Amino acid sequence: MSGAAPLSGAASAPDADALPALTVEGLEVSVRTEAGLRPLVSGLSFTLARGETLAIAGESGSGKSITSLAIMGLLPPPAVRITGGRIKLGRTELTDLPEGRMRAIRGDRVAMIFQEPMTSLNPVLTIGTQLAEAIRAHETVSKAEARARALEALRSVRLSQPERRLDQYPHELSGGMRQRVMIAMALALRPEVLIADEPTTALDVTVQREVLDLLRDLQRELGTAIILITHDMGVVAEMADRVIVMRDGRMVEEGRATQIFTEPRADYTRALLAAVPRMGAGRGRPPVEAEPIARLSDLQVRFDLKGGLLGRTQARVHAVEHVSFDIRRGETFALVGESGCGKSTIAKAMVGLVPHEGRIEIGGQTLGTLDAAGRKALRRRVQIVFQDPMAALDPRMRIGDLIAEPLVIHGIGTPEERRARVGDLLTRVGLSPAQMERYPHEFSGGQRQRICIARALALRPELIIADESVSALDVSVQARVLDLLAALKREFGIALLFISHDMAVVENVSDRVAVMYLGQIVEMGTRDQVFGNPQHPYTRRLIEAVPVPDPLHQRPPAPRLAGEIPSPVHPVGAGPERVRLADVGAGHLVAG
Amino acid sequence: MHRYRFVLFRPLQFLPVLFGISVITFVLVRLIPGDPARILLGTRATPTALARIRAQYGLDEPMWAQYLYFLKNLASGEMGRSTLYKIDVLPLIATRIEPTLALVTMGVLLSLAIAVPFAAISARRQGRAADQAVRVVSTLGIGFPPFWLGLVLILLFSVTLGWLPVSGYGETLGEKISHLILPGLTVALSLSAVLTRSLRAGMIAGIHSDVATAARARGLSENAVFWRHVVPNALVPTVNLLAVNIGWLIGGTVGVESVFALPGMGQLLVRGIFSRDYMVVQGVAMTFAVATVLVNFLADIVTVALDPRVKL
Repeated sequence: MSGAAPLSGAASAPDADALPALTVEGLEVSVRTEAGLRPLVSGLSFTLARGETLAIAGESGSGKSITSLAIMGLLPPPAVRITGGRIKLGRTELTDLPEGRMRAIRGDRVAMIFQEPMTSLNPVLTIGTQLAEAIRAHETVSKAEARARALEALRSVRLSQPERRLDQYPHELSGGMRQRVMIAMALALRPEVLIADEPTTALDVTVQREVLDLLRDLQRELGTAIILITHDMGVVAEMADRVIVMRDGRMVEEGRATQIFTEPRADYTRALLAAVPRMGAGRGRPPVEAEPIARLSDLQVRFDLKGGLLGRTQARVHAVEHVSFDIRRGETFALVGESGCGKSTIAKAMVGLVPHEGRIEIGGQTLGTLDAAGRKALRRRVQIVFQDPMAALDPRMRIGDLIAEPLVIHGIGTPEERRARVGDLLTRVGLSPAQMERYPHEFSGGQRQRICIARALALRPELIIADESVSALDVSVQARVLDLLAALKREFGIALLFISHDMAVVENVSDRVAVMYLGQIVEMGTRDQVFGNPQHPYTRRLIEAVPVPDPLHQRPPAPRLAGEIPSPVHPVGAGPERVRLADVGAGHLVAG
Repeated sequence: MHRYRFVLFRPLQFLPVLFGISVITFVLVRLIPGDPARILLGTRATPTALARIRAQYGLDEPMWAQYLYFLKNLASGEMGRSTLYKIDVLPLIATRIEPTLALVTMGVLLSLAIAVPFAAISARRQGRAADQAVRVVSTLGIGFPPFWLGLVLILLFSVTLGWLPVSGYGETLGEKISHLILPGLTVALSLSAVLTRSLRAGMIAGIHSDVATAARARGLSENAVFWRHVVPNALVPTVNLLAVNIGWLIGGTVGVESVFALPGMGQLLVRGIFSRDYMVVQGVAMTFAVATVLVNFLADIVTVALDPRVKL
């Protein structure tokens, strides 16, 4: 461990404890537009004590990321700049520091980690090179010494096989490992302040847990002050001593974490907290008893990996293995699991986008046996809503045409009838028929997802597959879209296959749940069975990993393991061991 | 070194490619109207003499038989005999390959020497005067035909200024290099225009990328961010663009060699076509094809070396 190494730079002055690590006073950041300067952040003041964790929480557009870039002196020039106020790091005034001196501070006294560990590391340089480069940017040490320091930094973030990692490239590491590398790089020079901008948002929930634990441990060890920028109130509750809630570039509320969560003063904070999906908040509902609309039996999806001289199949990705379940008419069936578990592949197989083995029956018709006309007819009955609405909407089409397109494809109605139907659908999803002539980019993220939902509804489907449909949305928007889905489901009696990685959301919306791990279902049952009485260790691990939006919540001590999910790639002929599900009572199926 | 294993096996995949190329060039050459025997002997040749020549070069046999002879010769390292030069095609090509190879190499090196700094200046001053200037010049470079550029360069540097030779190749290395500068520049001006645009786009994307922001946050200077984290990533797609263009360039040397009177493959090809010298045309076309295949192979190796994520 690196705890014995002397602290550099920071904290040697006698009154260091009294002096805040960071002081922000009346900060104003503006963007230059054609209509003059427009403030992105205004009147923001706060202090950050040494060793403290301050969370800046807010939804997109609240100015939280701009604030962090302003502190780093990395606002995108020349359009965005600080137009007022002061930022002081210890005694150093940062606001009008020349670039050369600011550069000496960046990475040395203030460090930053970013949301996307996938894109923040240079793909063509080894981990060791990048770590050594960060060290040598500030300290004149030999290459060998920088490498030794890099190794020490990797050890301190508890990365397995640190020597080997030094010579590996970013793509050879998983997302969680990459974020550990980013943390190692940020903390290698013992900065006084670490800014963590959504550090776990791109990670799976179990990996998020490990990274948060690591950050907390390192902070305790090094006494670093942390500014945690996040939209996730669960993460805020777990990590923060103090919280600033921001909205539209202004501070809405500031207070101790316990106070913010128990007695929020601002209406916005209350609304934000109310929108956060909480585990255990799902209402107990009677199970839906109806005949199934979809029935999957022994579904398998495998992707061949070809290679070699003759392009022969050398290995297979076993994306989905022996999956069987029913979706009943009018119910919400949730598939939950971490990235790569095969949940989205099931969705694609069900709409015929990937070839499958086994049997998929939709409304009594078997998918594989249909001719082209039959498949087209079947597609009217199943519609899909994807995660990223901007990617799912053709940017060159008006939304009226986008929503009418399924009707055109299936030859339904006259142009006038279609127009009337589109207007009707827009009203139904909370938009206005007057917006028909607009283009997707003129709408917000939540509105775009409503457009996608309207398009999915156009054919009056019996089943809608929502593949991470609310994952990219802000919590308040997410709550409204979930309400919309629930209302539509009731109104039209549509069944919903709800695919998500978010346990709390799933717990809130689903009637029945299947938990997937490495292509197989490991536990399945009603919402109450799976969440109230989780039996499989993986289900428990997933549930326990969810950050709880309550700072007083005591987490049961769990072993801290940097477990990596094994690969679903197997050589030809081999395959994963088949999981057998056993009924532990009242249809609650658990892998033995 | 698992990633480089394709270097051993990829050449085996060239065999079917080369077979296809040989069939196509063989057939295409024989579709050119005109009788090689008559062109060789002139319009007043006697039927007996024509028949003798045809028999001598196997031109009286059916086309499939001629192709089989061609393959058989190829297997023993021969490409037939030139009807025009009266020597074997392979040694003939061997004497002409050097100027062409040198021209292409010179062109590629000069174009990189132009494109990398210009793209860097342009990308780092995006939207400012220097960027605009580079973009205008590179658009013009794409627009002007190389033979015309070549003539302008000769007028300027050889005729007016007298710095460089007008045409020809020379004997010593120094002479050869000085003779290659203008033709190389002619090639490079068009090629660098394409490369500059691709590099500039890649560099601008890189400057605004997360990788660059993260590197700046570590306290790296803007120069270090640019040369270590932006340029290597921008080079990767450019390598493939360069390979495709070198393929074009090899065929395009025909024009530049004519303008600068370089005794290369392009000139040989032109003369071969005019005198219906089937064997020469075939041989040169095969050589160009093999060169193009090799350049792409080389580009694959460079790509793998530059980008650790690529597996072939």
